[in-house]
Amino acid sequence: MPKHELILLKNMMQPGYTGSLTDYEKTGGYQALRNTLGKIAPADVTTIVRKSGLRGRGGAGFPTGVKWGFLPKDYQGPRYLCCNADESEPGTFKDRQLMERDPHQVLEGIVLACYAIGSETAYIYIRGEMVLGSKILEQAIGEARVAGYIGKNILGTGITVDVWVHRGAGAYICGEETALLESLEGKRGLPRIKPPFPATHGLYNKPTVVNNVETLANLPHIITRGPDWFAAIGSPPKSTGTRVFCVSGHVKRPGNYEVPMGMTVRELVYEYAGGMRSDKPMKAFIPGGASAPFLTPAHLDVKLDFEHVAAAGSMLGSGGVTVMEEGTSMVWAALRLMEFFYHESCGKCSPCREGSSWLVQTMRRILAKRGRMEDLETLLDLCKNIAGRTVCAFGDAEVAPIQSTLKHWRQEYVDLINEAEAANLIRPEPVGRH
Amino acid sequence: MWSWGSVIGETRAADIRSLAACPLRTYQHQDYGRMTFLEKYKDEIADILSRYPVMRSALIPLLYVAQRDQGYVTESAMQEIAHLLRLTPPQVYETITFYTMFNLKPVGKFHIQVCKSLMCALVGSDTVIEWINLKLGIASGESTADGLFSLSVVECLAACGTGPMMQINEDYYEQLTEGKLDQILADLRSTGTSPLKSGPFMWPEPAPAERDA
Repeated sequence: MPKHELILLKNMMQPGYTGSLTDYEKTGGYQALRNTLGKIAPADVTTIVRKSGLRGRGGAGFPTGVKWGFLPKDYQGPRYLCCNADESEPGTFKDRQLMERDPHQVLEGIVLACYAIGSETAYIYIRGEMVLGSKILEQAIGEARVAGYIGKNILGTGITVDVWVHRGAGAYICGEETALLESLEGKRGLPRIKPPFPATHGLYNKPTVVNNVETLANLPHIITRGPDWFAAIGSPPKSTGTRVFCVSGHVKRPGNYEVPMGMTVRELVYEYAGGMRSDKPMKAFIPGGASAPFLTPAHLDVKLDFEHVAAAGSMLGSGGVTVMEEGTSMVWAALRLMEFFYHESCGKCSPCREGSSWLVQTMRRILAKRGRMEDLETLLDLCKNIAGRTVCAFGDAEVAPIQSTLKHWRQEYVDLINEAEAANLIRPEPVGRH
Repeated sequence: MWSWGSVIGETRAADIRSLAACPLRTYQHQDYGRMTFLEKYKDEIADILSRYPVMRSALIPLLYVAQRDQGYVTESAMQEIAHLLRLTPPQVYETITFYTMFNLKPVGKFHIQVCKSLMCALVGSDTVIEWINLKLGIASGESTADGLFSLSVVECLAACGTGPMMQINEDYYEQLTEGKLDQILADLRSTGTSPLKSGPFMWPEPAPAERDA
């Protein structure tokens, strides 16, 4: 079925591929490492990655090579690399597949990144629930250590890189890079105020780079086949390479699909994911995980790359595409996401901590047909006062479902409220803490 | 001897060695028989400590060790860990209460966690929760009388394409149906594990025809 070359999922699509070190070496694994360590200068590796146009796959889409370039050049102390495997954005499940099916691809990327930034220690911060994934990674690290790809004096070049798996413990916010660092230091995962950025004051106040699993998994391929090859894939110049999209919701074949960036949503949903699961047409979709605003079928021809999705009023985020069929209540859907954000707000900033609770209570009241027309203004007012007024991007993310559903499906809210008024439930239930 | 290392909690080889000598008897508690928590797991704890340049980083991994021992983190374990890492007990407590995966109270032998976030809810996670409510007679946050099962309704577990799904202890169970759920519960009762749990994740699995292409 794939009409284009797979990069990240290529190995695991082969029959019988187990993800072991032998299997990975057979497909050319660790060749990039052999050809780089001691042969290409670290600064040149950074240049290669910058030229390839690789952008972070975790959500923000920051150019990876540029991020590495922010590290202080003359700093003598230790530096750290953190692999962000906290994958907790609802709608996203790509990193789990990359780690559990082809762990060595990720490890090779980690060692290459460590070499480029001059770090001797890398921590893989994996979300606590993925016990199987952490076991598979531990085992792969053991194999790679024995084979001399990780540890002291890698392949006789005198370079040291130690990789450790660190399990999180079930907090969505720890996917935010500074919260991840706090959590890795054994504290509550509260995001830090930036600046200073992790590039100068990161883990243990040392220069640190935090990269997503999928970003790191791309590195061996970029090094082996060159930045120009990578930069030609997808929709250059701004969004290069492929992207593993996680399709979920009301489609026939949900799952992970690796496609070049710039493919339309229509093609991804109707050709790869098999279209809608029943004869009901599509009503809405989210293009980039729970933090991305909802879009309508009118946006089906939007190209899935950073710029085009942003121009359509949403964001590419972590690549989790969730599809909803006709008949799904948008108020209910927005409330479900809002309950998630309410549960996961870390509580550091008042607008987010209190606002998410008020949003959930107001939404529940509307859905329970006890709403009032002025609730809609209250919702928008709350959203306006949360977005952009918090330390991290969580505040912007949590208002996205409500703002976008109110924009596209305001009538559904109005209908629910009209029903409430028709049923003469004029005095709403007192709203308490739930 | 006083050093800056002791102030910022730097991991020092001496700490790991002193751990092996079992210096802590202060927090001896019936939970671990005649041994303290630190004595019981001293090798594993020394291994964890050796990974981090600053000791506090070992807090979450150590709490996992404590939770594995009893099914939940006991107060005595928290105090021992605080002592070992040179933290105050509140520093341990503030951390443990931030994260949802640590239990401060005993839970059932099988801790069922069903995802209720939007992506699973679209494909029927609410029905799964109802099934469990009916079959086991427990609501979210409750345990069965025999202490076998506890139910929690949780937020996204990163298996959105294969919902509805649940996690039982360390294993994922995906694409649940009523028959599958019955089978899993029966397996757990009889053997303590179920072959229906997920292996290394890949979805969609490559179909044979696609493999040839």
